[in-house]
Amino acid sequence: MARYGLRTIALVYLLFLLVLPVALIFWTTFADGIGPVIDALTTPSALHAFKVTAQVAIISVILNTLFGVGTAVLLVRHEFPGRRTLNMLVDLPIAVSPVVVGLALILVYGRFAPMGGWLADRGIDIIFSLPGMVLATVFVCLPLVVRAVTPVLEEIGTEQEQAAWTLGAKPWQAFRRVTLPAIRWALAYGMVLSLARSLGEYGAVAVVSGRIKDQTQTLTLFVEERFQNFDQQAAYAAAFAMAVVAVATLLLITLLRPREDDR
Amino acid sequence: MIRVSNVSKNFGSFAALRDVSVDIPSGALTALLGPSGGGKSTLLRIIAGLETPDSGIIEIQGHDSTNLSPQRRNVGFVFQHYAAFKHMTVFGNVAFGLEIRKRPKAEIKARVNELLELVHLEQFAHRYPAQLSGGQRQRMALARALAVEPKVLLLDEPFGALDAQVRKELRSWLRRLHDEVHVTTVFVTHDQEEAMEVADEIVVMAGGEVQQVGSPDDLYERPASEFVMSFLGPTTRVGGTLVRPHDVEVLMAPEPGTVTAVVQRVVRLGFEVRLDLSVDDEPTWVQITRDQARQLAARPGDRVHLRALTAGVAFEVAV
Repeated sequence: MARYGLRTIALVYLLFLLVLPVALIFWTTFADGIGPVIDALTTPSALHAFKVTAQVAIISVILNTLFGVGTAVLLVRHEFPGRRTLNMLVDLPIAVSPVVVGLALILVYGRFAPMGGWLADRGIDIIFSLPGMVLATVFVCLPLVVRAVTPVLEEIGTEQEQAAWTLGAKPWQAFRRVTLPAIRWALAYGMVLSLARSLGEYGAVAVVSGRIKDQTQTLTLFVEERFQNFDQQAAYAAAFAMAVVAVATLLLITLLRPREDDR
Repeated sequence: MIRVSNVSKNFGSFAALRDVSVDIPSGALTALLGPSGGGKSTLLRIIAGLETPDSGIIEIQGHDSTNLSPQRRNVGFVFQHYAAFKHMTVFGNVAFGLEIRKRPKAEIKARVNELLELVHLEQFAHRYPAQLSGGQRQRMALARALAVEPKVLLLDEPFGALDAQVRKELRSWLRRLHDEVHVTTVFVTHDQEEAMEVADEIVVMAGGEVQQVGSPDDLYERPASEFVMSFLGPTTRVGGTLVRPHDVEVLMAPEPGTVTAVVQRVVRLGFEVRLDLSVDDEPTWVQITRDQARQLAARPGDRVHLRALTAGVAFEVAV
């Protein structure tokens, strides 16, 4: 009896929290058929928002992959002063609110800050443009690749790499041919998580982007702006598109997960 | 020859090697034998270039290799836990070193197949390490190390992770393989039986120092210290003397120089018989043959008289 009780509680909880809202988005989006949905998603503003989101997400995932793997290798394979501090700093983005991240970035790279001013004099705008949005997204996703890769790096140990060295492989060759294949599923998992997070990021991006329509508006900002302007059809259609992408990434994660466990 | 001169290595406050000097002959199979923590694995890793010594010099076949990276030492290294490349097939593992050296495809294929035959894995070429037994994985690791035609083959407790039966098989197989390949080989072990059976030469290490170097016979017959003697085989005490248990004469009547003992138990172990004794209430034991036991006909409670054989090795032990 207790078993069924727990199951019921879990299901009801999920129903009200997750299934009902997502199902209602779907319902509302397609209330007037598929035509208005396509119309709402193909307006120039909507298409531009898709493009900006894709740009920010792709650049962020690439940067996160490079720095994430680099940081993980540094943390696991090297002893250096400040290693514990670095290890702690990696988790900081989880603890800090994205809004705070956005404000902090403006303090450093804003036009009236020394650093931002110096860059602006050379024609490089960070805040209220793509670089700032990428920076904010990278910051928010920072721990995802590192934390996915670190335990696997620890588990595989150093012997395979050392064996590769004695067989004549330079450190980079050993990394590419031995270490990278060993961490590939964990890395893919971290990248997919990063991608999902980048697509859905709102707070930090909202602050640094300036929400300039048709310029720095990502999909999440587009949804919010349309909703505020009583264009519910566009808001729900875009929200639905994001939900579809999210479900697709979740499926991808589920596909990657068991293969990682096999190893 | 591998010449190790005055090598020291500390890990924090722990001295793994203290001023070690030893010559390892070319073409021979040498064992580094000793208790764990004795420095033998550290010495092997320093020879391979996987650790750097704090001081001292490593020469491999006349070349000072102290500051050479492991990539350029041309040594083969076999790890206790195989260090198999899990995402590569057996063929890929063995081919790795040759591919790094950018050898032509046809040459790689021929060489790998030849090596797989040598280690009896030819029908497993397309399997992954996860599909092999421990013994097969270690043979693969050996083929992988041999593929690059190393000047020196180094094995770190190569059979340590295997069960007793496979261990014994691989031991004699390694001996036969070495007789075929003749590459200078050094292997680390803490198992004296393994070292005695396989090696041409044994370097006994303990406490970060070389205790003695010699052939298995040398070390057994002429141990330089009490430690080497106890580490290389069974010992027993007869009236303040440390001797091999089969180097004790057991007499029914007292004679000059004998020690009186009381028989506690007579244990028959096939050909040999073990007598558990007590000398002044101190337990001790000796080993005699079945014939000697029959002549002696000693039974628990009997008094016997022991004398260390002068032909054997013995150490006077301070009481």
